[in-house]
Amino acid sequence: MPFLPHTLEEEQAMLKDMGICTIEELFRDIPEQLRLKRKLNLPKGLSEKAAWDEVERLAHRNKDIGQYLCFRGAGAYEHYQPKAVKHILSRSEFYTAYTPYQPEVSQGTLQAIFEYQTCICELTGMDVANASHYDGATALAEAALMAIQISRRKKLVISSLVHPEYRETLHTYLSRRGIEIIMLPSENGLTAVAELEKVLTTEVAAVIVQNPNFLGSIENLAFFAQKIHEKGGLLIACVDPVSLGVLASPGECGADIAVGEGQSLGLPLSLGGPYLGFMACKEKYVRRMPGRIVGKTVDRLGREGFVLTLQAREQHIRRDKAGSNICSNQALCALAATIYLALLGPRGLREVGKQCMEKSHYASELLVQLPGISLAFTAPFFQEFVVKTQESAVSINQRLWEAGILGGLDLGRYYPELKNHLLFCVTEMRTKEEIERLVEVIGG
Amino acid sequence: MEKLIFEKSVEGRHGNYLPPSDVPVKQIHELIPEELSRKKAPLLPQLTEVEVVRHYTRLSQLNYGVDTGFYPLGSCTMKYNPKINEDAANLNGFSQLHPYQPVESVQGALELMYKTQEYLAEITGMDAFTLQPAAGAHGELTGLLLIMAYHAARGDFQRDKVLVPDSAHGTNPASATLVGCKIIEIPSKENGEVDLEALKKAVGEDTAALMLTNPNTLGMFETQIIEIAEIVHQAGGLLYYDGANMNAIMGYARPGDMGFDVVHLNLHKTFSAPHGGGGPGAGPVGVKSCLEPFLPKPVISYNQQTQNYYFDEERSQSIGRMKAFYGNFGVVVKAFTYLLMMGGDGLQEVSAKAVLNANYLMNLLSKHYEQPFAGPCKHEFVLTSSPYKGNEVRTLDIAKRLLDYGFHAPTIYFPLIVSEALMIEPTETENKQTLDEFARVMAKIAQEAMENPKLLQEAPHNTPVSRLDETQAARKPVLRWKAE
Repeated sequence: MPFLPHTLEEEQAMLKDMGICTIEELFRDIPEQLRLKRKLNLPKGLSEKAAWDEVERLAHRNKDIGQYLCFRGAGAYEHYQPKAVKHILSRSEFYTAYTPYQPEVSQGTLQAIFEYQTCICELTGMDVANASHYDGATALAEAALMAIQISRRKKLVISSLVHPEYRETLHTYLSRRGIEIIMLPSENGLTAVAELEKVLTTEVAAVIVQNPNFLGSIENLAFFAQKIHEKGGLLIACVDPVSLGVLASPGECGADIAVGEGQSLGLPLSLGGPYLGFMACKEKYVRRMPGRIVGKTVDRLGREGFVLTLQAREQHIRRDKAGSNICSNQALCALAATIYLALLGPRGLREVGKQCMEKSHYASELLVQLPGISLAFTAPFFQEFVVKTQESAVSINQRLWEAGILGGLDLGRYYPELKNHLLFCVTEMRTKEEIERLVEVIGG
Repeated sequence: MEKLIFEKSVEGRHGNYLPPSDVPVKQIHELIPEELSRKKAPLLPQLTEVEVVRHYTRLSQLNYGVDTGFYPLGSCTMKYNPKINEDAANLNGFSQLHPYQPVESVQGALELMYKTQEYLAEITGMDAFTLQPAAGAHGELTGLLLIMAYHAARGDFQRDKVLVPDSAHGTNPASATLVGCKIIEIPSKENGEVDLEALKKAVGEDTAALMLTNPNTLGMFETQIIEIAEIVHQAGGLLYYDGANMNAIMGYARPGDMGFDVVHLNLHKTFSAPHGGGGPGAGPVGVKSCLEPFLPKPVISYNQQTQNYYFDEERSQSIGRMKAFYGNFGVVVKAFTYLLMMGGDGLQEVSAKAVLNANYLMNLLSKHYEQPFAGPCKHEFVLTSSPYKGNEVRTLDIAKRLLDYGFHAPTIYFPLIVSEALMIEPTETENKQTLDEFARVMAKIAQEAMENPKLLQEAPHNTPVSRLDETQAARKPVLRWKAE
C-alpha cells in the first residue's frame, strides 16, 4: 500500500523499542467482548489503477453539463470559471493545510481569507464578513440565529420566495428553539409587501428576503429594510454575489446581515456541494457573528500579519454559551471565489452580470412569442424568469432532455399554485444560437 | 509579508474571460429600474492573470500543509491525502453535475453515495447513514436533532440534558445548546476515563443523550464503555459517538457494537479527504435502525425492482434538511476513492499503524515530557510541558519553537483537563525516520527550555512572520482592507 511506510524490519524495531512483540498488544485495552471477531465486510482493497477504473466507470454513468445545454439554475449556477482558478487551488500548500491554528506558518491561508472577507464586504456593501459557512442555506440559518440573539426576539418573518431548501434548512436549525417563523406569500413573482405590514411587530427579530428571489425577480430590499427598521428588527438579505456587479448591494439597501451562496463565483456545480456560504454584517454586530474571522495584527518585530481573531465568540472558548457550534469554514472554496473575483475585477464581474441579464431577457422575449407560452410575472428579473405553459411542464422538459437540453425547473413541486410553470436560467454561458435552439425545441 | 492583492491593483487593468455578448446589447437601466441597480462599483482588485497567479502562488508558499511536512495536530488526523482523490473529484462526471438534473442522469453519483453509506455503516456498526452534514460540528447538530426527534416521537418531551465528559470537544456542548438542551459535564477520573459514579448520579429522566469520543480526547480507550452505555440506556437516554477519533479503531471495534446509537464521522480526518485550510469537509451521520425514520431528507435509496438509485423525499418523520442539496458530494468522492483502495483489511492496517506510530512516539517523548496517563494510547496521546513552567516556558513556546525546526505544532491546551497540554497525533502515513527526527527535536527543545528559555519565549525565529499579537487583533479588530 503506497500510504503505509513501515518495512517489516522497521516495525519490529519500533515494537522492540517499546518492549512489546506485536501491535495487537497495543489494543489490549479494548474489552474482549467489543473486539470485532471478523474482518470488515468491505470489498477487497484495490490498486490505484483499479480504483481509478472504478471511479471513472461511475463518473461515466453520469451525464455531465458538457453533454447537455443547461437552462437550469435554482440555487446552483453554471458560470465560466477562468482556468487559472483551478490551477491555483491545486497547490497543495493550500488544500492540505488545516485551519490556521499556527498563524506563523499559515499566513497564506490567513491572508487569502482576509482578502476574501474584503471582497465579500465590497460586494455586499457591508462592514465586516466572516471566513465562510458550509453553504448559502446554513449561512442563512446562522444569520437567523444571530438576529435572534441580537434582538432577543422570538419571531422571524421569511419570504416564501427564499429558496425552498434554504427555508427547510432554517426550519430544521430552529426546530428546537421555540421560534415562530411567519411566511410571507408572493404576488406577481415578488414577496407580497402588503402582507408585510400585517405581520411586522416589535416582536420580529428579522425579515429574511432573497434577491434575486427564487423565481428570479428582483426585490426592493430597501423597502423591507425600512419597514423592519421601523419596528427595531433586522433585515437579512440572501443574495447571489454574481448579481452584485449590477444589482444594488444589501449594504446600499440598508440590510443588517447579508448572506448567500458563493458557488456562482467560480465553483463547480459538483452535484450541490461543496459550496460556499458567505456572511457579512454591520460593524456593530461583529461580536455576534458566528464562524471564523481573520484579523490583521503585528508580530513581535512590528511586521504586519494575520490571525484568527475575536475567538471569544466561538465554541472552543465559550462551549455551551457559544452562539453557534460552527468550527470549520469552507476556506478552499472561499479561496476559489477570491481568485475568481481577482481575475475578473469589477468590470469583469459587471460584464458577467450584464450578459446574464441580456441573455435571459433575450430568451424570455423569444419564448413568449411561442403559442402556449407566456411570461408568468412582470417583475424585473436578473438571470432567471418564470414562464407559464399550456403543455405540461413535465412534457416540455422531457422533450428538451431528449434533445440534449436541461430545461427550466418545474415549479409545481415547490409551489403547488405554480403547476406548469418553468423557471428558466440563462447565464453568460449560453450563446444566442443555443438560446434559439431552446426556443425551437419548445416550439416543436 | 506579501502586499494585499488590493494594494497591487491598478485602476484600468481588466480581466475579461468572455466573448462579447452575441444577443442584442442593452443598458442595465433598460432592464431594471434605477433604484434596484448598483450605485457604487465594488472595489475589487484590477490585475492581469499573471499578477493574480503570482500573488496566490506566493501566499501558498507562506503556508504549511501535510505535503510540506509532519503535521502532528492532535484530534485532526492530518494523514497524507492521496492525489488520486483530487483527480477523482475533479472528473467532469462528478464535478460538472447540476444538483437538479434528472436523477437517471446521475446514477453513477448516487451509486457512489449509496455505496459510501453502506461502507461507513459496516465500519461503524450502524444501520443507516446520511451524507448530508458538511462537517463534524454539522454532523453533531444533525445527530442531536435525530435524538431529540426520537424522544419526541415517543412522547418523551422532558429530556433536555446532554451529558458530555469534561474532556469533550467544544463543539459538543455548543451543538447541544443549539438543540435547546442544557449541558451536564461529567468529570474524568484520574486515568482520564469517564467517572461512572458521577455518570450514574447525572443520568435521569431528563437525559437526552451522552456525547462521547472513543478513544477519548486523551487518546485513551474508554474501557468501561459497555457499562456507560448501559447506564445511559437504562435511564432512557441515547449515546452519541463523536467520530473524530475513528482512525484508531477501524476493524478492531465498532461504535455500533459498543452501544452507540448515533455516530458522526469526519471524512476529512479518517478517510483522507484534505482539510483545505479549514474546509470543505464532510460529516456523515450513522444511526441505529430506531433512528432511521428521522434522518434528514432526501435519503439516497435504491429501488431493487427498477435497479435505480433515487433521492427519497417522502420521509414524513424526517428532521428536515440540514443544508441545500445533498451534502459535500465532492468530498464524498474523495473518501469513496480512498475506501476503494483500502478495503476492509487496509483500513484495519491503517488503524494498526496509526496506533503503532502514536505509541512509539509517546514512548520516545515521555523521556522529556510528562505523560499524565499510562498507555497504551490509541491514535494520539497527550503530554504536558508543565515541568518547564518553572523555567517560564509554556506549551505555546514549545509549539512555536517546533515551527523553527520545520514541523507543524501539535494541538495545544486541549483537552482542557490537562494543564499545558500537547496533543500529538502522528497518523499512520508517517515513517519511522520522521518520528525519530521529531522526537530528537522535541528532546532538543526540552533541553533549550532548561538552558535558554528566551529562545523559546521569542520563537518562532525562522518563519515568514514571528509571533503575532493576538490580543491586539481582538482589541482593535481590522477585519478587511479599506481604500485609503
